Amino acid sequence: MSTHTKTRIVGSAVPRKEGVDKLLGRARYIDDIERDGMWHGATVRSTIPRGLIRSIGFDRNIDWSEFAIVAAADIPGHNHIQLIFADQPCLADGQVNHCDEAVVLLAHPDKRKVREAATAVKIEYEPMPPVFSIEESERQDVIVWGADNVLKSFLLEKGDVDSAWTGAAHIEEGEYRTGAQEHLYIENNGVIAEYSADGGVTIWGSLQCPYYVHKSLLAVFDLPEDKVRVIQTETGGAFGGKEDYPSILAAHAALLAMKSGHPVKMVYDRMEDLAATTKRHPSRVRHRTALDADGKLLAMDIEIATDGGAYSTLSSTVLSRATLHSPGPYLCPNVRVRSRAWATNTVPYGAFRGFGAPQAIFAVERHMDEIAAAIGIDPIELRRRNFLHDGDTTATEQVMREPVILDQLLDRALAESGYDAKHARFAKENRASPVKRGMGIAAFYHGSGFTGSGERNLNSLAAIDVTADNKVRVLVSSTEFGQGTNTVLTQIAAEAIGIDYEDVMMAPPDTGIVPNSGPTVASRTSMVVGKLIERACLQLVAQLSQNAGLSETFTREEFFAACERYRAAKGEVVSICRYEAPPNIFWDDQKYRGEAYPAYAWSIHVAQVAVDTVTYSAEVEGFWAVQEAGRVLNPVLAGGQIEGGVAQGIGYALYEKVLLQNGHMVNNQMTNYIMPTAEDVPPIHVYFVEIPFSHGGYGAKGIGELPHDGPAPAILNAIRDAVGVSFTSIPLLPEDMFQKLAVSVAVREAAAV
Amino acid sequence: MRGNAEAHELIAPGSLDAALDLLAGAPGQWTPIAGGTELMVAHAAGRLNAKRLISLWGIPDLRFIETTAENIVIGACATFHDLRDSSAVAADFPLLAKAASWIGSIANQSRATVGGNLVNGSPAADSSPALLVYDAEIELVSVRGKRRVVYTQFHTGYKRTVLEKDELVYAIHLPRRFAQHRQYLRKVGTRRAMAISKVALAATALVREESVCEIRVAAASLAAFPARLYRTEESLIGHVLTPEIIQIARRALLAEVVPIDDIRSTAEYRKSVAANLLEEFLVSLKTGGPQQ
Amino acid sequence: MSVARQAIEFFVNGETRNVHVPPMKRLLDVLREDLYLTGSKEGCGEGECGSCSVRMNGELVNSCLVPVLQAKGACIQTVEGLACDGELHPLQQAFLHCGGAQCGICTPGMLMAAAQLLANNPRPTMAEIREGLAGNLCRCTGFKRIFDSVLSAAAQNELPMASETHAR
Repeated sequence: MSTHTKTRIVGSAVPRKEGVDKLLGRARYIDDIERDGMWHGATVRSTIPRGLIRSIGFDRNIDWSEFAIVAAADIPGHNHIQLIFADQPCLADGQVNHCDEAVVLLAHPDKRKVREAATAVKIEYEPMPPVFSIEESERQDVIVWGADNVLKSFLLEKGDVDSAWTGAAHIEEGEYRTGAQEHLYIENNGVIAEYSADGGVTIWGSLQCPYYVHKSLLAVFDLPEDKVRVIQTETGGAFGGKEDYPSILAAHAALLAMKSGHPVKMVYDRMEDLAATTKRHPSRVRHRTALDADGKLLAMDIEIATDGGAYSTLSSTVLSRATLHSPGPYLCPNVRVRSRAWATNTVPYGAFRGFGAPQAIFAVERHMDEIAAAIGIDPIELRRRNFLHDGDTTATEQVMREPVILDQLLDRALAESGYDAKHARFAKENRASPVKRGMGIAAFYHGSGFTGSGERNLNSLAAIDVTADNKVRVLVSSTEFGQGTNTVLTQIAAEAIGIDYEDVMMAPPDTGIVPNSGPTVASRTSMVVGKLIERACLQLVAQLSQNAGLSETFTREEFFAACERYRAAKGEVVSICRYEAPPNIFWDDQKYRGEAYPAYAWSIHVAQVAVDTVTYSAEVEGFWAVQEAGRVLNPVLAGGQIEGGVAQGIGYALYEKVLLQNGHMVNNQMTNYIMPTAEDVPPIHVYFVEIPFSHGGYGAKGIGELPHDGPAPAILNAIRDAVGVSFTSIPLLPEDMFQKLAVSVAVREAAAV
Repeated sequence: MRGNAEAHELIAPGSLDAALDLLAGAPGQWTPIAGGTELMVAHAAGRLNAKRLISLWGIPDLRFIETTAENIVIGACATFHDLRDSSAVAADFPLLAKAASWIGSIANQSRATVGGNLVNGSPAADSSPALLVYDAEIELVSVRGKRRVVYTQFHTGYKRTVLEKDELVYAIHLPRRFAQHRQYLRKVGTRRAMAISKVALAATALVREESVCEIRVAAASLAAFPARLYRTEESLIGHVLTPEIIQIARRALLAEVVPIDDIRSTAEYRKSVAANLLEEFLVSLKTGGPQQ
Repeated sequence: MSVARQAIEFFVNGETRNVHVPPMKRLLDVLREDLYLTGSKEGCGEGECGSCSVRMNGELVNSCLVPVLQAKGACIQTVEGLACDGELHPLQQAFLHCGGAQCGICTPGMLMAAAQLLANNPRPTMAEIREGLAGNLCRCTGFKRIFDSVLSAAAQNELPMASETHAR
């Protein structure tokens, strides 16, 4: 119904709702904000990766009476950050388990003095042996978490993998590794906290999920729900890096506010943010694959290991998504995925755009090209022979009831990129050129929204209200951090009611005002919350029809007049809606079987890469992204999401490396954590094919994370095409390419002596 | 911001003489700051040890580019933007104009100065390889007068130069005698812009009847400071550029350079790429195709 | 040791401003804390991200790297000085229309860099746009729609000259 009807506002490039303020420099990010009597906070952090805290010493040259000092003992409620489990302390108590773990907090009116004072707190440790890698953790010589270092494990099985090896025409194995990746939002983490005995805790901050922070603070302060209030301020980028970390920062600032009796601002600088906050989980994925003589998949045996860092935080859900994305968009009768998240003594890894899918898709899409090379089938053809189609079942036995148009997307991607002609041309030109070019593709899906019964558990609530001065407000806890929440949700509301885009605004993202529509994660906002808003609007119109004489067709003036009549009678004009699951979504969490996701977005990425054999460096010269993600609610915003995600994926593949020494990030500055600049990004071409999804807001499915899944494998596949050498690990830096590419040169040099 | 603005004295003497008097009056006490693109980074990181700073920014005596028949003279406080804007520099010293365009970003180029780049003395300094292969001379000034140092003698160790405690770099002198030379400069960084050099190679060469008459080769990030590669040059002087000679020159370079592993790259990579860059240049000399 | 504050006069967005600050205070901090012009942002403090970019005497600078003493007497333009009498600058219009701003944190600096570029080069090529913006990191857009925005503004070809940023 709504998904197929012609629309006035949804689907058009209306300007960003908060765009003018951002362009004028008027948008107020947390560090632009001051509160009366505000103090500043600083954190004393662990300098060792694991050990007992023996003593905490305060330099005698400082007058500590000027400072508020907080340690674990000051926590009124529970010393933990409530996420999925509660193993991460808010402040280390007796033991530290990673470098840069927070131990002591200080506050002072002078921002510079508190920072200097933090360096004057000396902690003495009794070191314990640390674990730094998946392999070290797997050996289980040293147990650093739970009974066995395993933060979480999954087993997914379809058919009978073990019976497929005999009789298979081909068996191919491969191991693929991905490194950590930093979000590098241009605005660092920051909050301001206020505390009063009567009012409780109030937080303003750069964050994605006000209700996650709210929930965490309830536990830390042992306060009832109405005594904690969290307000999101304009947020300068997040990408998952402000999904869970702000709960820690908010707790810290609030504890200092409580101890000092003053509002406290804590804004990290770049060095601290890079060193101490979450990053993407590193991974190691092993594939063993059986195929028949035609290259059709018979069995996939997949083993996934992620590095979760010192505490579990979001490792179980990241592992879940990795598990469910690991078989790729292919039909395979026998699948087994064994996955584990391992604890190490490093800063806990967390959410980052893609959330386990980029890791898993890197592996399977590289592996498909390796298989193709090994068995002598063109990599495009190999994929076509194995693509999922309508009605097929996935590895979790989910039946593809919605259209699956991978072939069509692939045709479009190959055509737009000029793949065939370039491929042939490069093969000829490469012979004589020091710069070798290649083309590579990746095919993938991204599950929209929470896994399985996740949305039912969230039980989201959204509302629409109308103010006395004729503004329609969208009341959700979904936040804007650049991806377009404010715009698409107000577009949906304006469309569903039948008023102008300018009539609708977002209510402040304040837990004291808006209901909990769930976190702004998992590419769920347009699809799930958008649908809730759509329904709430239709419900409002129905309420006005029934109770305030609104006729079947109406002008915007008539709408607002009806609101006034309704308000006069009822006191307020509000329509609330609760999540309803789409039909036929059944998920077995134990067996990992059923409808893993309510919807999937589908995509093909094509990369054109040039490898310079003089400098052993690879550059992406062109990138094409073709996707089906339901209805495009706003083409400028949707295109912007794909382009931005592709750019981050390019960084993930070729530029961004987290260097750890003793578990501490040593390249924690923008000068040495390298993201691509305006001179490095290639032209990025984006094409949407729209198949409206009836259970998403105006037909939308999730889009935000999809584009980060494909670039890394597409690029490394292109590199393999260019130089005939296989690379299976990212980030792939020139120094890594040099190791394999320079061999032939060294041989020549040795021979010449 | 980890630095303390209140802990650093900064004065702007306004003239070269006033600046030199201050330096002479308290040798070693004052640290000159030009565009600040190095020192202010240290300040923000809480690592600016210099407590007393003299601002050279805005002293007209230090910011100039003058052309004579024999030389181009670049004032120490000429910015890299000034270099890029100078048609004289573009015409006679294109490698220097090229290097200037590779410094940081537009915003860095408008503040970073040639003098600051040299005095900072990073082994990765962007302007240094070009200056080395152009036979630059550095003019130093103090209350005691002016003196000149061949640039190849300016750096004495990792971030150490011949500058006396009361001296400033006054100007860089470049002899206008490279118009006929084949020229090459390539920088390899972590990305196309805003990248500190992993390795950079500059070269100027005169080739007559296929034989190398003159050659200068210099590199960044292959030693404790930017330096000429004399043994590599010796392997080429007077020789015809055959494939064998090119291989001998590669091996001479590989034996001569002493790069390190650091946060940006590895010694092995730097060596290998430097040899490749050299080969790229030498092959271009053979084929006669213009490198610049 | 605490260094004495100094009276420093300079011109910001066409207005004469006076501050009383330590000479080594960063221009960025003076703009934000003393003049309450919070449009310029600190993303890195090392001159790498460009979110602190302002125009000083007709040149683009990273204000996090300028000691305020060196800005004495300078004509400075910040993002707050782009719009005129409530009307968006053509660049701001273009960014709004083309999607050049997502989270917006890089936008003030990006606008300054773009304004600088177009002031000196009213019809830049793509290569020149890339170079002009290479010192401004954007993590959201992948730069594409920023390029589109600059091209769109350039096509309009009716841009204020750099001299408008000087007072008097």
